Amino acid sequence: MSIGHTLLGLLESGPRHGYDLKRAFDEHFGHDRPLHYGQVYATMSRLLKNGLVEVDGIEQGGGPDRKRYAITEAGVTDVGQWLARPEKPEPYLQSTLYTKVVLALLTGRSAAGLLDAQRAEHLRLMRGLTERKRSGDLADQLICDHALFHLEADLRWLEVTAARLGRLAEAVRA
Amino acid sequence: MIPAGSLLSAVGLRKSYGPTRALDDADFSVHPGEVVAVMGPSGSGKSTLLHCLAGIVRPDAGTVTYDGHRLTDLPDAERSALRRGEFGFVFQFGQLVPELTCVENAALPLRLAGLRRKEAEAKALHWLERLDVADARDQRPGEVSGGQGQRVAVARALVTSPRVIFADEPTGALDSLNGERVMELLTAAARETRAAVVLVTHESRVAAYSDREVIVRDGTVRDMAGVL
Repeated sequence: MSIGHTLLGLLESGPRHGYDLKRAFDEHFGHDRPLHYGQVYATMSRLLKNGLVEVDGIEQGGGPDRKRYAITEAGVTDVGQWLARPEKPEPYLQSTLYTKVVLALLTGRSAAGLLDAQRAEHLRLMRGLTERKRSGDLADQLICDHALFHLEADLRWLEVTAARLGRLAEAVRA
Repeated sequence: MIPAGSLLSAVGLRKSYGPTRALDDADFSVHPGEVVAVMGPSGSGKSTLLHCLAGIVRPDAGTVTYDGHRLTDLPDAERSALRRGEFGFVFQFGQLVPELTCVENAALPLRLAGLRRKEAEAKALHWLERLDVADARDQRPGEVSGGQGQRVAVARALVTSPRVIFADEPTGALDSLNGERVMELLTAAARETRAAVVLVTHESRVAAYSDREVIVRDGTVRDMAGVL
């Protein structure tokens, strides 16, 4: 997730202080990983430098965290372009898992065991998401569904890989 | 060894169909109120395990114990009686009787057990309401959607207040949302009544409704609880 674009988007509804931005971010997107104040201020400095936000006011007696930020025209254009651009589908997990499976086969360790452990870990997470869906509102359900479908795709890859371990072992040892 | 507190357990199950070994020293157990997903590739022995646990198929070797009774030692008539009274079944395709209405289908296990029509259908209607499908009570299975039909099948499985529910790919013929609804209702009802559920599925999203999973591979059962 692009934190810069997300904070910019949150500013579109009106100027906010840094702490207010963090609170809004956490409320909407930070369920599992709330934003650090440091991340907010580092990001805002960058956005300020790039002309995507401007300082709208500074409260008396405060440090740098008392700045109030407003989005600029360039910032609005930037958010629009980001929202219109599809995300690149990244095989982020498969490359790591593939490396581990191949290394397990090369070193004579149990690749099937490794895949089983990964499957159990995936299912553990899926159970948590399913439970959160059960007790949550529509937003929770949609966010959890997205995660569940992705985890399901990973699990399918684990199944297929498990079914092909014999062939893979022959290939890597050849 | 039978795990303490288990309601249904199997030890050392072996079953072959001709030269094909479907189960090879398979162990399994489930506690009251627990939902266990049975996963594994096609042809790994998942359904054979379910059929042996439910007393539908007699294993070549090994024992199945239900609530202190050795299922594998019981004569056919007693096993059938146990199946009708204590177990509920949901399959991939609802297997409803096409000539009967939905409420008559859901009431069928009670009617077969000798209950009067009015009483049986009142109980069936209670479950149809719980499963949000009471509107279809007077329709025949051919007149309702797949999701509704499957919920009627779940109502039929629950109507006898079974202590074990066997579900073999219960959402296999449904889309994601309908499948989810069936799983939510099935697991909520089972937890409420403390019924154990043996859930055969190849879908991880369905298995995520379970409390734990076991993997059947080449006829043996691997309990994933100790993997992590």
